[in-house]
Amino acid sequence: MSVKEWPLWEVFIRGQHGMSHRHVGSLHAVDAKHAIKNARDVYTRRNEGVSIWVVEAAHIAASSPSEKGPMYDPARDKVYRHPTFYDIPDDVGKM
Amino acid sequence: MYAQMVKSTGKGLVAREDMSPEDCAFQDRIDAGEKIEPRDYMPDGYRRNLIRQIGQHAHSEIVGQLPEGNWITRAPTLERKANLLAKVQDEAGHGLYLYCAAETLGVSRDEMTEMLLDGRMKYSSIFNYPTLTWADMGAVGWLVDGAAIMNQVPLQRTSYGPYARAMVRICKEESFHQRQGFHIMMAMVNGTADQKRMAQDALNRFWYPALMMFGPSDKDSVHSAQSMAWRIKVNTNDELRQKFVDETVPQAEYLGLTIPDAHLHWNDETEHYDFTEPDWDEFFDVISGNGPCNVDRLNARKTAWDDGAWVREAMMAHAEKKAARKQAAE
Repeated sequence: MSVKEWPLWEVFIRGQHGMSHRHVGSLHAVDAKHAIKNARDVYTRRNEGVSIWVVEAAHIAASSPSEKGPMYDPARDKVYRHPTFYDIPDDVGKM
Repeated sequence: MYAQMVKSTGKGLVAREDMSPEDCAFQDRIDAGEKIEPRDYMPDGYRRNLIRQIGQHAHSEIVGQLPEGNWITRAPTLERKANLLAKVQDEAGHGLYLYCAAETLGVSRDEMTEMLLDGRMKYSSIFNYPTLTWADMGAVGWLVDGAAIMNQVPLQRTSYGPYARAMVRICKEESFHQRQGFHIMMAMVNGTADQKRMAQDALNRFWYPALMMFGPSDKDSVHSAQSMAWRIKVNTNDELRQKFVDETVPQAEYLGLTIPDAHLHWNDETEHYDFTEPDWDEFFDVISGNGPCNVDRLNARKTAWDDGAWVREAMMAHAEKKAARKQAAE
């Protein structure tokens, strides 16, 4: 087919309950306005959202799965970043 | 089911000792219940099989709009019409969720559409049967969507992340489809004698095609073992078919309708219904293009694709022109 394919857009929706926008999927559209219109039809047929973000998929930069080790492993041994690392006597009360 | 005959290009289950170290590590991840994401390593066979399976599933959703779209303008009440319209719109949405899951594997939606139109990709055999009366809208919702749910619920746990997530959305929405179908059947069986007869006739025509939706018997499914090892298939065809029969028979009894199978009976030993297998020759015939509506369905898709080409092209050209104008003004 000689017709040029519409670009791919990623869709993010914010639900009703004070949550942040969340990725829900993608769709094809010619521009941002069209993408929002399509996202409304494809991803909010049952009141799933009150706000839509779209971004052209080609503009998203992503970390690479092969960098998983160097990227995330250093956080593993820093248990002191979690509240449960610190023992506080029960006598102190709720903290 | 919506992907009932996924012919893989591989030669069946690959043994661990024949796997490369990468493939072994990949299988370990699947066995550990991890999800595979688009940019992760995956064997070529896994990618190819998934593209076929998700593509076939997506095409089924899209082609599946046709037998029901047929009745939108003739729905008996405004309420039924609104229900059916919403259901058919959902099917379009489900097709789109699935196409976008497949696209993460490196195939484009337009490519998949072209593969459907030139016969390289299939859709479910069920949509090659005609919907002759309004009662068929009841039978399709009740049986066809019922069978679809049975197949799709376990696929929410499939190994490929984007496919599993699409399945979660679809399952959430699909339950309304089955219930609206059953609701139509309830109205028909409680109506006039003619309406009840129409409901029975619809069940008679859709029962065996619905059983075929789960695909050939396990003993004839050569690619099942590899697909199950990869968790792109979770249950066997026969398991799901049995589950469908066990759940549907009491529903038919509730409606006061008779399943068109003289051999159907409860087996105390197995605690399942024994039932007659569908005619597999008919199944293979329909899936290879000779069902009652294959030509109509593909023609409808082809016409929509060809007639819409100028719209797709014009919208793209207009957007490019607007973008260029905006850039020039900056």
